[in-house]
Amino acid sequence: MKKKKTKGGVNYGKHGLLFIAPFFIAYLLFSFWPLLSTFYYSFFEYVTRNLHTTVKFCGLQNYLNILGIADGERAYFLTYLGNTLRIWILNFVPQVALALLIAAWLTNTRTRLGRGGIYKVLVYMPNIITAASISLLFYALLSKFGPIMSTLRSWGLIGATSDIMTSKWGTSLTLSFILFWMWYGNSTLLLIAGMMGINPSLYEAADIDGASGWQKFTRVTIPLLKPVLLYVLVTSAIGGLQLYDIPALFNTGNGGSLIGLPDDTSTTVTMYIMRLHASDTGRAAAVSVLLFIITLIISLIFFRAFRDDKEYKSLRAARRRRRGART
Amino acid sequence: MKEADNLRLQKRRKVLRHAVLIFLSLLSLLPFYLMFVNATRASNDIKAGISLFFGGSLAENLKSFASAQVGLGVTVLGAMLNSFKIAVPFTFLSVYFSALTAYGIYAYDFKLKKFAWGFIMAIMMVPTQVFAIGYYKFMIQLHLIDTYWPLIIPAITTPAVVFFMHQYLQGALSLEIVEAARIDGSGEFHTFNTIVLPLMKPALATQAIFQFVYCWNNLFMPTLIISSSGKKTLTMFVQMLTAESFRTDYGVVFVGLAITILPMFIMYFIFSRFIVEGVSLGGVKE
Repeated sequence: MKKKKTKGGVNYGKHGLLFIAPFFIAYLLFSFWPLLSTFYYSFFEYVTRNLHTTVKFCGLQNYLNILGIADGERAYFLTYLGNTLRIWILNFVPQVALALLIAAWLTNTRTRLGRGGIYKVLVYMPNIITAASISLLFYALLSKFGPIMSTLRSWGLIGATSDIMTSKWGTSLTLSFILFWMWYGNSTLLLIAGMMGINPSLYEAADIDGASGWQKFTRVTIPLLKPVLLYVLVTSAIGGLQLYDIPALFNTGNGGSLIGLPDDTSTTVTMYIMRLHASDTGRAAAVSVLLFIITLIISLIFFRAFRDDKEYKSLRAARRRRRGART
Repeated sequence: MKEADNLRLQKRRKVLRHAVLIFLSLLSLLPFYLMFVNATRASNDIKAGISLFFGGSLAENLKSFASAQVGLGVTVLGAMLNSFKIAVPFTFLSVYFSALTAYGIYAYDFKLKKFAWGFIMAIMMVPTQVFAIGYYKFMIQLHLIDTYWPLIIPAITTPAVVFFMHQYLQGALSLEIVEAARIDGSGEFHTFNTIVLPLMKPALATQAIFQFVYCWNNLFMPTLIISSSGKKTLTMFVQMLTAESFRTDYGVVFVGLAITILPMFIMYFIFSRFIVEGVSLGGVKE
């Protein structure tokens, strides 16, 4: 950053403050204040009877309720968090594996696959198309009497009564597949950018040492790609926790009830917030606060990992040296 | 001999890799292809199984779709227009104020500069959903519920875009230009609008596309804010297609979906190069 001196007694610095003011005012008003008030609302009980809502301070009762600690309450928050995580993990692991593979292929200069322009354009495409429409599209294609299930049935590959929509794992895996299919292109592009940033002389040095392709990948590419991989992981995890559009439209109860079928096993945390938002503000706020805390923890781990990157590396190098001395 | 073997292996590997990539590309297209095909088939044919060939029922499906959407209170084109009314000002505000904020931090020195930048970086990861309840209540208090304002105004604060603009400024703007403008007597705000903004055109264009897509595809916030059916956005329209009245007629569902997807589909293929480049520029922090 360059230093700017004040000239002729004019202080230009105040313009900087002026220019960033709209951002900060809008943030305080439309993000920070709502966040604080969400915390506040989470300590109140909202009871609506005969169109009249009474509000009463209730301490941590909302939290005890959604965590299932209070009498007669089910741990909906944990159930829905579990659903969300199940769907996210089933998508993320294959997503990163495939993205790494394709990124390695497209950046490998030896096989001369070309720069893969058209492949990049096609595999990234699902990411841009409206998720709501994509979700309903998969639902229509895969529902019990939809075209794909009918064809599989007529080929005798599935039984007459089989139905993805009545199976917990069928629904979860399909949701994960949609996510995977929408996002692996994005991860691939990020990883390609990361791999392009690696100094080619490192690979040349590895070649001279007689390293195999796999060794180069695990010893050079992966360690140097760590910041990008971490970025992909954290943005995907935070995005995954907010998962809404796709499960909200995929296999839900009638009339936009936001109950993820079958048996509530595909309901996510944000669907729960949306379901509660008008009827039980306190509980919805408590769910939001817990979601915020989890998001915060993930981001903190991310920043720590970035900050400690150097120390971590020297630590590992030292450990490796020690191990080397022992053998 | 070994050299020739090696070459053959290399070639076989290349063919295999191309095959996998072609398969994946087709996988990206297949669901959309099936959607367009099914939009032209009668419901009973769709229930009978997959077909890769177009049918002759497009006009019929369109007609049924047109009559089915009457009960929804908004037509698909009306919903598209609503989405457009939100997404255009959203995009403009987001891109303009992000550029302004990034420039304010890049070009000036002031006391809170470090803090301001740290703050923007820190809030980048905070998703809107976690304060949606407070936002909803706040908008009720301001009597802005069921209007488009709550969906547009937050565009002023898009930290990820500020970050991107800041990155771009570091490479594209030398402060000597600003200095020269100052000597010519140009005011600071005037300099930003007439000299800095034009220099940032490529960054503005890339981010404008992404912000437009983000806003157009958003379902969560509109669902929270909008209640009257005439104001519903395109994504909310898609949600209405899940209703029982539509689920029975597959042809109508597919034709409806095809209409909702078509604008993004066309836009993507026009701007795909821009977009693909933009993804890798925005995501990787050096």
